[in-house]
Amino acid sequence: MVLGTYKEALSARSTDKQIQKISQDGGIVTALLSFALDEKIIDGAVVAGPGKNMWKPEPMVAMTSDEILAAAGTKYTFSPNVWALKEAVRQYGLEKVGTVAIPCQTMGIRKMQSYPFGVRFVADKIALLIGVYCMENFPFESLRTFISEKMGVSPDLVEKMDIGKGKFWVYTADEELSIPLKETHGYEQNGCNVCLDYVAELADVSTGSVGSPDGWSTVLTRTDAGESVFKLAVDAGLIETKPMENVKPGMGLLEKLATDKKTKNQKTIDDRIAMGLPVPYKASTEKEDPLANY
Amino acid sequence: MLARIKEFLGMESKPSDAGEVVSKEEVEKVAEEKPKPKIGYIHLSGCTGDVMSLSENYDILAPLLTEMVDIVYGQTLVDRWDIPEMDIALVEGSVCLQDEHSLHEIKEVREKAGLVVAFGSCAATGCFTRYSRGGQQAQPAHESFVPIADVVNVDLSIPGCPPSPEIIAKTVVAVLNNDMDYLQPMMDLVGYTEACGCDLQLKIVNQALCIGCGTCAMACQTRALDMTDGRPELNSDRCVKCGVCYIQCPRSWWPMERIKKDTGL
Ligand SMILES: Cc1cc2nc3c(=O)[nH]c(=O)nc-3n(C[C@H](O)[C@H](O)[C@H](O)COP(=O)(O)OP(=O)(O)OC[C@H]3O[C@@H](n4cnc5c(N)ncnc54)[C@H](O)[C@@H]3O)c2cc1C
Ligand code: SF4
Ligand code: SF4
Ligand code: SF4
Repeated sequence: MVLGTYKEALSARSTDKQIQKISQDGGIVTALLSFALDEKIIDGAVVAGPGKNMWKPEPMVAMTSDEILAAAGTKYTFSPNVWALKEAVRQYGLEKVGTVAIPCQTMGIRKMQSYPFGVRFVADKIALLIGVYCMENFPFESLRTFISEKMGVSPDLVEKMDIGKGKFWVYTADEELSIPLKETHGYEQNGCNVCLDYVAELADVSTGSVGSPDGWSTVLTRTDAGESVFKLAVDAGLIETKPMENVKPGMGLLEKLATDKKTKNQKTIDDRIAMGLPVPYKASTEKEDPLANY
Repeated sequence: MLARIKEFLGMESKPSDAGEVVSKEEVEKVAEEKPKPKIGYIHLSGCTGDVMSLSENYDILAPLLTEMVDIVYGQTLVDRWDIPEMDIALVEGSVCLQDEHSLHEIKEVREKAGLVVAFGSCAATGCFTRYSRGGQQAQPAHESFVPIADVVNVDLSIPGCPPSPEIIAKTVVAVLNNDMDYLQPMMDLVGYTEACGCDLQLKIVNQALCIGCGTCAMACQTRALDMTDGRPELNSDRCVKCGVCYIQCPRSWWPMERIKKDTGL
């Protein structure tokens, strides 16, 4: 199962014009978190909020829809969101915390829930975990280097960044620039090269751009909690959906990219094990399912 | 009863198949048929935080302690001087090598207990007692405090300063339940006695494994960790060597099977 366990796959987008305008893809993350907040399914959310530097996010405990909205859009560098979960519970006193996480962060959260060694009463307060797909992430200096040196534009002028169609894109007020993703290889953090999860397999609901047309997102509902909040938001008219069969490029591309990532990174894992380097995953020869995330 | 405790702990997330249901019935049968396990609490050089964390499970503690286990030894819990035979010994605190009485006690516990559990970071990793260097009243010569695994064989290690009430409850239930899969990481952790926040640098960042998720900094119980440019940064003045950051890191070990079971995914 290259996409993990899921209940339903849909193409979807927020019906809210403002969210559509500033979100990365279909605005699913922003729409779902704000909806969950309004409906008191969560009483706050940890998001990748704006930092001092626009492209260097900082985890933020958002208590209002406006704050959630302010964090919309993808920043292709670290935002250690898991760090702020304890703050959300302790300082903000939240009982039901929502959060957005890339796959590796989802793994940190789920491990903490199953084995909460020193983590007191945080595990049971995670009420909604929205995962976003992720192929790799970049250290901030990497990002700055290839945008300014390879793309020839100051990151300060960039209004949006995106990965799609095999390219890394930046948009300024009057320009649209891209370089082939090949040229960003080697700039990603090394830890990503052993990562076996593309689609946040352990989230309540996962979303990303791949599989759906521009401005839309591909959504995988996974747990009861994820399915329920997504359905409620659709019923409330905040999210519109289309069957995946009706959209291009569709599930095939999502499955292909997830398989490519797992195959390539499993090879890195095998190489590391052969060299005697530590890695928390199994060698391909020890696995029943070569595409499984362990 | 066990079902109620398991439900409270969210361990029975979804009986996804028949196997799960059977095992649940089995568990209840075992709990009814088997004599109650005898548990002792041994207090060495620790701050009593671990037993306080244990007692914070008040929701389930009364049935757990009265109906499911027999407490046979423990300061303030049982009026008894000699150490009896027991199934499980929960040991809080490290062993002081200059304290003959402690050395004697931990050895005797090892002889009399089926399972010896290093309960809390002082027993498991040495924790803040690692910084001891003697010269304090009333025992100026007491300067060497080591995790109990340095002195006796240990079966399970449950670090945490203190361990969370949830992990304690989950472990006790897993022991009653004979759920060895759940306990396996705690058996593996027995060898992890030289814990430090610098493990993140040495064993995760230096090994090209860190992905900047922030789980370590979230888990640190003393706020010794910051996240700087997506990597953990240790303030060693604050670190008590409890080991929790490295243990919670998703890149130190990865219990996928258990997570799948717990989430139903
Ligand atoms: C590093 C990275 C790599 C990605 N790679 C892919 C990919 O290969 N394929 C694909 O289909 N999708 C990828 N995505 C996901 C995609 O870019 C969108 O985040 C996703 O589609 C959600 O869009 P949206 O319009 O629903 O979210 P929005 O409504 O725009 O909200 C985005 C949410 O993501 C959070 N966020 C932004 N940056 C980060 C970050 N660095 N870490 C954690 N949270 C963050 C924000 O807080 C916000 O809540 C990646 C995302 C990241 C962060
Ligand atoms: S590729 Fe994996 S390890 Fe790297 S940022 Fe994405 S989810 Fe995390
Ligand atoms: S928990 Fe591990 S992977 Fe995550 S930031 Fe800390 S050291 Fe890095
Ligand atoms: S950094 Fe924190 S969690 Fe890690 S060993 Fe030190 S005190 Fe414990």
